[in-house]
Amino acid sequence: LQTLADKVGEHGYTVPLDLGSRGSCFLGGNLATHAGGLRVVRYGQLRASVLGMRAVLPDGRILDSRSTMRKDNTGYDLKQLFIGSEGTLGVITDACLLLPHTPLSVNTALFGCPSFANVVECYRLARQCLGEIVSACEFMDSLCMTAVNENMALASPLDDNHEFYFLVEASGMNQDHDNEKLEMFVERVFEVGCADDGVMATSRDQATHMMGLRENIAPALKSLGFNYKYDVSLPIRDMYSLVEKTRVLLKNVEGSLTLGYGHVGDNNLHLNIVTPHYQAQVLELIEPFVYEEVSRLKGSISAEHGLGLKKANYLKYSKDTDLIETMRTLKDLFDPNGIMNPYKLLPWK
Amino acid sequence: MSGLRVLVGCKRVIDYAVKIRVRPDHLGVVTDGVKHSMNPFDENAVEEAVRMKQKKVAKEIIVASCGPTQSQETIRTALAMGADRGIHVELAKGEEDLQPLAVAKVFAKLVEKEKPDLVILGKQAIDDDSNQTTQLLAGLLDWPQGTMASVLEHSDGVLKITREIDGGLEDISVKLPAVVSADLRLNEPRYATLPNIMKAKKKKIEKMSVADIGVDVTPRLKVQNVVDPPVREAGDKVPDVSVLIEKMKEKGHLK
Repeated sequence: LQTLADKVGEHGYTVPLDLGSRGSCFLGGNLATHAGGLRVVRYGQLRASVLGMRAVLPDGRILDSRSTMRKDNTGYDLKQLFIGSEGTLGVITDACLLLPHTPLSVNTALFGCPSFANVVECYRLARQCLGEIVSACEFMDSLCMTAVNENMALASPLDDNHEFYFLVEASGMNQDHDNEKLEMFVERVFEVGCADDGVMATSRDQATHMMGLRENIAPALKSLGFNYKYDVSLPIRDMYSLVEKTRVLLKNVEGSLTLGYGHVGDNNLHLNIVTPHYQAQVLELIEPFVYEEVSRLKGSISAEHGLGLKKANYLKYSKDTDLIETMRTLKDLFDPNGIMNPYKLLPWK
Repeated sequence: MSGLRVLVGCKRVIDYAVKIRVRPDHLGVVTDGVKHSMNPFDENAVEEAVRMKQKKVAKEIIVASCGPTQSQETIRTALAMGADRGIHVELAKGEEDLQPLAVAKVFAKLVEKEKPDLVILGKQAIDDDSNQTTQLLAGLLDWPQGTMASVLEHSDGVLKITREIDGGLEDISVKLPAVVSADLRLNEPRYATLPNIMKAKKKKIEKMSVADIGVDVTPRLKVQNVVDPPVREAGDKVPDVSVLIEKMKEKGHLK
């Protein structure tokens, strides 16, 4: 992904997808898993940027819908089936991607907030005041910040510890125009009082550092022990309540940490539990509790990470029987011999 | 001494993380639409002044910058970090090529006007890498200088400075008033917090032109040509010394 970004960057374009693994992930995989990442809040989901594709079916036939047209309502949009299919329907070999122009002015700010409700308010103000220049909206709790500070040698730019942190990036084509919007946004945030403190990056290094705080949470947590990771979509106001409920559930588990962070702009929570070593009883406590909670709130048990092997059997928590059966019909149609990534995506138990 | 008055210089330069592109006319680099920020060494200079104020060693910090209209943003950043007021020497058309001697002359006039006890500048600007302004200014003022400072301690009108030099570290002491240039390891510059950025809007920035100051800023050096460094060619690994010597003879490096 990084190589593609560098190449198109030379021509003044950017890829509408960005993730922490940009240095190692491949575009084909990004498409097959319908990767999410930091820029969904700005450019929409990846499938919206795919204009055309070539995929090879399990029987060897090639479905060629390569096109660079932005609008094409001719029949069923079959390429969309492959996006997010996790390799279970065919292999994507080519794609035509719509690229946005590289923004000329980028501003990054980090706020310290006393509650998650304040984070939601900051996000709302960001949408209201920054409007179309919003290019990232992330949050993390204090445990995540501490984990990154202590294990990744990245210090917090804020003086005090805060319960929650809200990171916002704004990208536009005109620095003066963006500055006006940013000033208004910052004034409103402190007027309303949804943040106790905040910093604005004044150099690219500072901006990279601030983004780094968010992007290094996963590696930081990995170094602390065994991670139980959940990636869910929830109504925005309920996002952190799941973390709190899980924390209560695990209060008697010694040495356990329950943390929450994620793409607050997409209502996407990354719930992480850390214990020094894997414990089956901990897993039994968490699952299916987390999935039941998400289902109850009508969220998604997998916002962007997909189902793979581990979550395939939990699909019923987000999709009803008719939907799952129809998916199975399609799978059998494309792959009657079951050679494409068996046991993935669709329930096998 | 009830507290020093410190004059800090800062410069708006192309952001250190940006990939530089040479202009098609080869007379400079592309600056249009490119991200600019405060020169990193100047951040160290501002930070040091702010720390001195927090320790009650300094009582007032004036930050000055010579540059186009946008240099105001750089001054605002310094004010948000803790400087008290700013001076913007706004360059007119034709004055954009402001070289170290001219900057030193401007600052000498500012020193005359503001009468600081200490001037702190960044060791060098990352666009021209001159590392001259501090020294020239000290010369013009006939003040002692402490360049490449990585440690700065004040007591009773004397500054103890540790300088980073090629051979290692050098400790000197200078009597105030003096000119100091900040090196990277002097301190870790703070982030400008948003509440401070908002407060800084109320701090004063005095604007003046080069003509107001009455200094001749005509450039003395002319840039003839700017090119990218030659592309690095792949090296050659040799199995032993005899082959090495042969290859060196082949290439004419050995007779």
